[in-house]
Amino acid sequence: MPETRTPTNGSNAGGARVGVYVCHCGTNIAGTVDVRAVSEYAAELPGVVVSRDYKYMCSDPGQALIQQDVREHSLNRIVVASCSPLLHEPTFRRTIDRAGLNPFLLQMVNIREHVSWVHLDKQAATAKANDLVRAAVRRVSLHKPLQKRRVPINTNVLVVGGGIAGIHAALTLAEAGKRVYLVEREPTIGGHMAMFDKTFPTLDCAACILTPKMTAVGSHPGITLWTYSEVVKVAGYVGNYRVKVKRKPRYIHEDLCLGCQECVTACVYKEGKTPDEFNLGLSKRKPVYLPFPQAVPQKVVIDPETCIEFKSKKCKKTCVEACGDRQAIDFTQKETLEDIEVGTIILATGFKTFDPVRNPYYGYGRYPNVYTSLEVERLINAAGPTAGELVLRDGKRPKAVGIIHCVGSRDANTNRWCSKVCCMYSLKLAHLVKERTGAEVYNFYIDMRTPGKGYEEFYDRLLDEGVHFVRGRVAEVTDWAAHPSEKGRLVIRAEDTLAAFVRRIPVDMVVLSVGMEPQPDAQAVRRMFNISCSSEGWFLERHPKLAPVSTFTEGVFISGACQGPKDIPDTVAQAGAAAAEAMALIDAQFVELEPYTAFISEDACSGCRSCIPLCPYQAISFAEEKKKATINEVLCKGCGTCVAGCPSGSIQQNFFEDEEIFEEIEGVLAYA
Amino acid sequence: MLATKPRIAFYWCSSCGGCDETVVDLAEGLLDVIAAVEIVFWPVALDFKRKDVEAMPDGSITATFLNGAVRTTEQEEMARLLRSKSELLVAFGSCSHLGGIPGLANLFDRESILRTVYLESPSTVNPESVLPVTSHHDDGHTVVLPGFHNTVRTLDQIVDVDYYVPGCPPPPRILRTALQTLLGGDLPAKGTVFAPDCALCDECPRKDTKPETLSIAEFKRTQDLIIDEQTCLLAQGLVCMGPATRSGCEAACIRGNMPCTGCCGPTSRVRDQGAKILSCLASLVESKEDAEIDRVLNTIPDPVGTFYRYGLPGSFLRRKRSNEVQASM
Repeated sequence: MPETRTPTNGSNAGGARVGVYVCHCGTNIAGTVDVRAVSEYAAELPGVVVSRDYKYMCSDPGQALIQQDVREHSLNRIVVASCSPLLHEPTFRRTIDRAGLNPFLLQMVNIREHVSWVHLDKQAATAKANDLVRAAVRRVSLHKPLQKRRVPINTNVLVVGGGIAGIHAALTLAEAGKRVYLVEREPTIGGHMAMFDKTFPTLDCAACILTPKMTAVGSHPGITLWTYSEVVKVAGYVGNYRVKVKRKPRYIHEDLCLGCQECVTACVYKEGKTPDEFNLGLSKRKPVYLPFPQAVPQKVVIDPETCIEFKSKKCKKTCVEACGDRQAIDFTQKETLEDIEVGTIILATGFKTFDPVRNPYYGYGRYPNVYTSLEVERLINAAGPTAGELVLRDGKRPKAVGIIHCVGSRDANTNRWCSKVCCMYSLKLAHLVKERTGAEVYNFYIDMRTPGKGYEEFYDRLLDEGVHFVRGRVAEVTDWAAHPSEKGRLVIRAEDTLAAFVRRIPVDMVVLSVGMEPQPDAQAVRRMFNISCSSEGWFLERHPKLAPVSTFTEGVFISGACQGPKDIPDTVAQAGAAAAEAMALIDAQFVELEPYTAFISEDACSGCRSCIPLCPYQAISFAEEKKKATINEVLCKGCGTCVAGCPSGSIQQNFFEDEEIFEEIEGVLAYA
Repeated sequence: MLATKPRIAFYWCSSCGGCDETVVDLAEGLLDVIAAVEIVFWPVALDFKRKDVEAMPDGSITATFLNGAVRTTEQEEMARLLRSKSELLVAFGSCSHLGGIPGLANLFDRESILRTVYLESPSTVNPESVLPVTSHHDDGHTVVLPGFHNTVRTLDQIVDVDYYVPGCPPPPRILRTALQTLLGGDLPAKGTVFAPDCALCDECPRKDTKPETLSIAEFKRTQDLIIDEQTCLLAQGLVCMGPATRSGCEAACIRGNMPCTGCCGPTSRVRDQGAKILSCLASLVESKEDAEIDRVLNTIPDPVGTFYRYGLPGSFLRRKRSNEVQASM
């Protein structure tokens, strides 16, 4: 049974009757903090009526203890010293709410994450816990009862990024009857998956499984698809985001273009002259082009950088002629801005591949026959620049191909993380190369990582197919021939750590299995959507296990490789999860907002207007008749910016009033 | 009749004399004051000595108006003496209220100040490197000087203070109000500052010209531009402390086309005036890029002297850490 201690000093500051509850959290806290001593210490603090310690405060009996004390001892303030408020503040607020106390008359002290988990010295940890409890007791005495607010949720959803993650999330939501805005930066959706030939481990054709979903997005009445567009501004809050989307001019009226591509054929350029982005520069495209045959939307785009009409205004405009009555081409089109309102946002902005120029010893960019894995995906793709023929730059078929794993992954010099997909796609490429060319294929790996359904079996299959595996990190790729048989070829030098000697393997083609990296503008995107990034630059989930697609900003979810390297099955699973999380919010119809709003004391305000431009929610306006600022409480989200910015201290924030914060600081600094 | 008149004292510590000037600036009002009260101590104007004060019974002075910060041992002794002799002690002017201009000496320590003043300043001729001492014996006589504290303090960091009259110097209007209130007998709450608890913008003649969305691309100094006489000075890029400073002066400096420098101190709701205006102005910097924000903030050459001009000792900062002062000398 927990012990009750009553105070000896009998002091009762400001009429507060505080109950203090110190949680053992099993041994999580009690192992490092003398919880009994903390509870005894708290019992002596002014205003404390009851102080207890208990094995698990969050358990039903733990909560019942608090409720019983509230009734028996007429407590009006509660301090729970346990874990992070992120975890259990809602729990204990509910607890005291049910006991008839306003839920905001609670203060939590985090003696787990802030004390027991970060300290070893039990005595010092206990002293620190005492300090924090003392601060909380002093603060909670000043707490005021507050009421939560309910606001309706806008049922529209914004999905940012049109790769497989964004496509799947958008379709799931649209199928559930939600209005979805899908915004994609490129002229077509499809993302990286659209560039692949086959997918591991089943070897089904990427296009065959992806393009039906792309088409479904393009034709779904519930989805507004904006390609060649970018989100430029996000304002508002969960349930009520206001988003500005920039639509870049494609110089084609999307509603008039049929995708017939007659303009492409008719272009004054007989041959393409510009490196084709979709084929990673392995082919050329014209100024007017369709990114790839199955692009969605099936609308061409004009590149003003290379189009003669934009350069000289003197083009014969054979494209316009070919378009004829359809009149889809419009050289005067301007960038437009669209304002939309959505309740939830799913970020599916994907990844970029590692640029192997950063590893100069592999010769990428110096030796023409060193390719990235993504380039090889295009080369063996039937819709690719060589119509699926795997040939070198001189048109010859390679007789031997070396695939180097972990380029830009698991490398202290570049990226430390494992990109998770490279082993499997390297095996897939090894299989495809062997199948298409009959070449000898060598895989150079550090460790073969094939967890996943059917993945290890696929590796076994490759072992049986006669693909060579060398365990060792490749030291260099060189064209320096040590032997006449190496002349004119690329030599891969690596220590074979299983055979324990250094190998030189001459090949005709080197494939660098490049890892995954955060998008170069991930930081800017993160700031715009007000979410966090891990130190590597991946978007940070709210909890790695329990809230893997949520972020610290309510109503903003993440899915796919923007959160970290992952393969297509995981990406699709996450996209579905993000869609479900968004729907859970939407179908609740209301969102409860914390009452942490700011308020202005009207007599005190000097009308200096400093706060007005600071409010990210445009909640503050200047009342001309009174010459004072006023806050619209409905719009205020309690970010506190104006509170910090008000130079005369005339704006205060509920639950974070200066008095409360200073009382807490002074409490923590006071001599015990 | 005479015996029932309130007994008033004025004293100065580390100050420039401007606060005493404020008393004189009451002009003909001064005569009313003199008629209404008995001035028992006022070193700048009347020939009373410390021993006269020591001879008074405790609590026999109705109110002492003490100006100046506390820097020397003598000032500290006088503050304690006057506290015990007075029913009410009023910190009079920025220096005793918040530390004032002398408080900026807290950016240095005693040794470096004495070294600069007595040894290193270009106009000093001191071939024997004589430094002040607290007592000197010569020919059977002893001469004493007050000791020099390492830190300048506000009056309420030494003794209990009842009321504050802000300003550098306090506007006569505020002094008049304070005197009337104190003599009227209906005393306000202890700790009251005798000035409106609203920032200066409230009474600024240029209030209407301040834009709603001020964003700062660069801070200017008064010599950098021809200052427009109608427009909000912040809008012209000048650092005006008005938004973070108590009103009551009727925007005297701004009427003289100069920005507010913050002498009346913060409102009752703010504990650190400099931090508050910094927080405000830094939030209004136009750029959101770190390097550009640094550049804009670097256009303020002397942040402490700008934002804590009158209030360093009374602020959270109080003083520069001594070891850092030495390291930088």
